[in-house]
Amino acid sequence: MVEGFSRRKLLSLEMAKGENGRDNMQIDGHEPRQANAVYEEFNANYLKAYYGKLFPHAEMFKWMSYGNDGKHPACDHSYFGRREFSFTLDNDIYLRFQSFNNATELENSIKEKCPVKIDIGPVYSVDPAKRHAYAQSGDNVFTPVERELVFDIDMTDYDDVRYCCSGADVCLDCWPLMTAAIKVIDIALRDDFGFNHILWVYSGRRGVHCWVCDGRARRLTNEQRAAIADYFRVYKGNDNSQKKVSLMGPVLHPFLARSYTEVLRAFFEEKILSGQKLFATAERFEKILETIPDESIASELRGKWMESRRSSIAKEDINVIRWEQLKHLLQSGKHKAQGLRRCVEEIVFSYTYPRLDMEVSKHMNHLLKAPFCVHPKTGRVCVPIDPEHCEEFDPTGVPTLSSLLDELNSGGQGAEIDNELDRTSLGKSVRFFRSSFLQPLLKSCKEDMESSYNRKLQQSKNSLNW
Amino acid sequence: MEIVRSQSKITADAVPTLPLYRSAPALEVRLEDFELFAIDRLRVLRGISDALSRGKKPEEMEKLVKDLWKANMRHQNASEVINKDIISHFVLRLVYCRTEELRKWFLSMETMLFRYRFRFESLDAQRALMGEFDLPYKAVSNAELENVKEKLGQVARSISQPLPTADTTFFKVPFEEVPDLVSGRRVFILKGYAYVAMNQVVSLVVTQFRSLLSKALVLTNRKWTSTIREQEKDRLAPIVEALSTSYIGPDYSQPKGCAEISIRDIDQIANSSFPLCMRHLFEKLREDHHLKHGGRMQLGLFLKGVDLKLDDALAFWKAEFSQKVGAERFEKEYAYSIRHNYGKEGKRTDYTPYSCQKIISSTPGVGDHHGCPYRHFSEENLRTALGKMGVSGRTAEEVMDKVRNRHYQLACTLTFEAIHGSSCDAGINHPNQYFSDSQKILQSKKNETS
Ligand SMILES: [Zn+2]
Repeated sequence: MVEGFSRRKLLSLEMAKGENGRDNMQIDGHEPRQANAVYEEFNANYLKAYYGKLFPHAEMFKWMSYGNDGKHPACDHSYFGRREFSFTLDNDIYLRFQSFNNATELENSIKEKCPVKIDIGPVYSVDPAKRHAYAQSGDNVFTPVERELVFDIDMTDYDDVRYCCSGADVCLDCWPLMTAAIKVIDIALRDDFGFNHILWVYSGRRGVHCWVCDGRARRLTNEQRAAIADYFRVYKGNDNSQKKVSLMGPVLHPFLARSYTEVLRAFFEEKILSGQKLFATAERFEKILETIPDESIASELRGKWMESRRSSIAKEDINVIRWEQLKHLLQSGKHKAQGLRRCVEEIVFSYTYPRLDMEVSKHMNHLLKAPFCVHPKTGRVCVPIDPEHCEEFDPTGVPTLSSLLDELNSGGQGAEIDNELDRTSLGKSVRFFRSSFLQPLLKSCKEDMESSYNRKLQQSKNSLNW
Repeated sequence: MEIVRSQSKITADAVPTLPLYRSAPALEVRLEDFELFAIDRLRVLRGISDALSRGKKPEEMEKLVKDLWKANMRHQNASEVINKDIISHFVLRLVYCRTEELRKWFLSMETMLFRYRFRFESLDAQRALMGEFDLPYKAVSNAELENVKEKLGQVARSISQPLPTADTTFFKVPFEEVPDLVSGRRVFILKGYAYVAMNQVVSLVVTQFRSLLSKALVLTNRKWTSTIREQEKDRLAPIVEALSTSYIGPDYSQPKGCAEISIRDIDQIANSSFPLCMRHLFEKLREDHHLKHGGRMQLGLFLKGVDLKLDDALAFWKAEFSQKVGAERFEKEYAYSIRHNYGKEGKRTDYTPYSCQKIISSTPGVGDHHGCPYRHFSEENLRTALGKMGVSGRTAEEVMDKVRNRHYQLACTLTFEAIHGSSCDAGINHPNQYFSDSQKILQSKKNETS
């Protein structure tokens, strides 16, 4: 799409101009304070328009209501009102424990306050805005009762295994790490844990969020959440120590074995190996050789690779060649030792296995940024990612605040309001959200409600008969 | 449960060795047993809690729980053992139902105790217990097992367990019921269901036990606040209220052994053998020539416990206080209470030296110096105080780490170990224990050198 390309180009100029107030094309992370203010003001106007015309308020309300906004007698009409939202305003004011009774209240508040960030918290036992009134009564009445099971994966946690960028940046060479993470976690959530209503969202900059919304997931206790997070954990030691994969036991647990054969091995060999040039320099391959417990094998490989540096005229990628040599040596018949065969797997896991922010998943009352927010630093919208086609997702092609407003403005004056969203490139994302996530979710909420209601009815009938 | 004062005979129906405490038993309990049994069980639970916070491994825990149970829960009358078990549990339910924090502690300690006791039971007894819990899980049929056989074998090998055989029973349960097995990847999970092998059912049973007890505690709390507290305000309520902070180690109210201390040596002894809480009070008293009531009680009873005689105590307090308030006011306002602490008079008030539990749970206000420094000092003040005791560097960091995790007694124990260069496996539970352990070590060092 030539048109789209040029628009993006234009946008990056605009953003640059906005960020430091001068006609300067460089964008860096350290804008001077004053210039930042200029940018935020600029941004705030755009945001107002975004919340006014494009943000899917109705869909967010429908989602967060989980069917309780209907007319069914089993609906809990207090449900949506007990959900915590929190807003970050553009002057760094942070409003926690916001709650709304209905779709209109939510929409009006967002439009009025124009938050740079909206976070979603748990559903509490009572309206979080009135928590102080309940605090008087002594016992813990104000407590989280439901919360989606959430995961937060951030590219900065991969800085020791990516050579293309670091920190806040992402590119198409490192993004496959996120794709692999989505695949591994998504498959396990569905096949192992039996969850069906899973929403993956681009975090707007360098990572992804996952929302598991099945009733069963929402009702998990902290202990159960921690258990799931630990099920996914393969790194030993704490976060301060070097990230080190340790795959214990004579064979892999079926979950790890499947992740390896169905996702990680192929990602490693087809994307990461060459994309990150893992064996291209001595410094890089040394890092891998370090993990081989058998010193003689490591030095045999080292010798080979130091030598081949001079005579490398081979057409094939040097990274692929060296990886094959390493595999061959470690898996060949003479090195049957368990630890060495496991070593190949450990290298693949080290470079590709998802790195989760465990704390986010373990606690019900952890806040997480809402989908369709605009990332204040990149201007990109936090759009859903289709896990089935996540390898096609391109973070650099995500609609941004200004590209969307350009699209709006370039449309003819005559267009009806209803179609405004559809006219922009965000329309596709909202349609995906509706059809692939929201509709199936609400359908199953309705069914759950119906069946639990009938069960109760049956029970009360039985007790009457008795 | 019926509580009687008389020595009447206790009767009970037959109950299995590991009770599930589903409902309060129809037992008659003597008031003395009510308290004594509870204290014995409390010793077990506190022992578990202490071992857990010291990071003991599962194998060590298993042995420890066995020993604790044997040491404390016996009864001279074999047929009474089970009654003691049940009664003590229900008394402690009352004691620990009263706040969220107490409930949480009791719930985890009882669950831990149950977990290990369940593992001591025979396979048949374990099956019987599962039956009693009414677990809705049926053994997985052979046909279904056939489909997942390979995966089950894979899991067993991944955790270095023997391969399941044809007659290994598996239960298919929602994964939520066995969080510990899920987190360790110790089960095969398919579409939300975990395949739990017979030798893993302890996890299932424990989850059930925990959730039943958790609900029961909330109910007990309701009953306690709505009726029991009022009905029993003269009889059980005081016992119940005292039990949760009660000290259950050796009795330090009657000082024994050791050399008597006299006021002449007191500064030197304070420096070598007082725990930080007492050292702090002592220094403040020397500095300000005054201590508020909480401080006078905490230090005064401690000094009584280390065998400072009444006359010496009076002289000691007088020497300080009279510098501030004058000798006359001291005699009038303070001397009485010191005599009182050494207690001829007084009714039900507790004049035994304060235990760590009691000191830690006190709430010092402005101008107070009592309480537990590990709990009540700011991080900076605590660091300085530790430094003055010669504890710094890595040891100080370890102490601070325990403090951050709210293991104040362990922090004190580490300090003790650092100062004395000698381990203290029992842990510090009482300032007077700190003192006497310290004196013992110093004495033996003295003997070695001479
Ligand atoms: Zn990159």
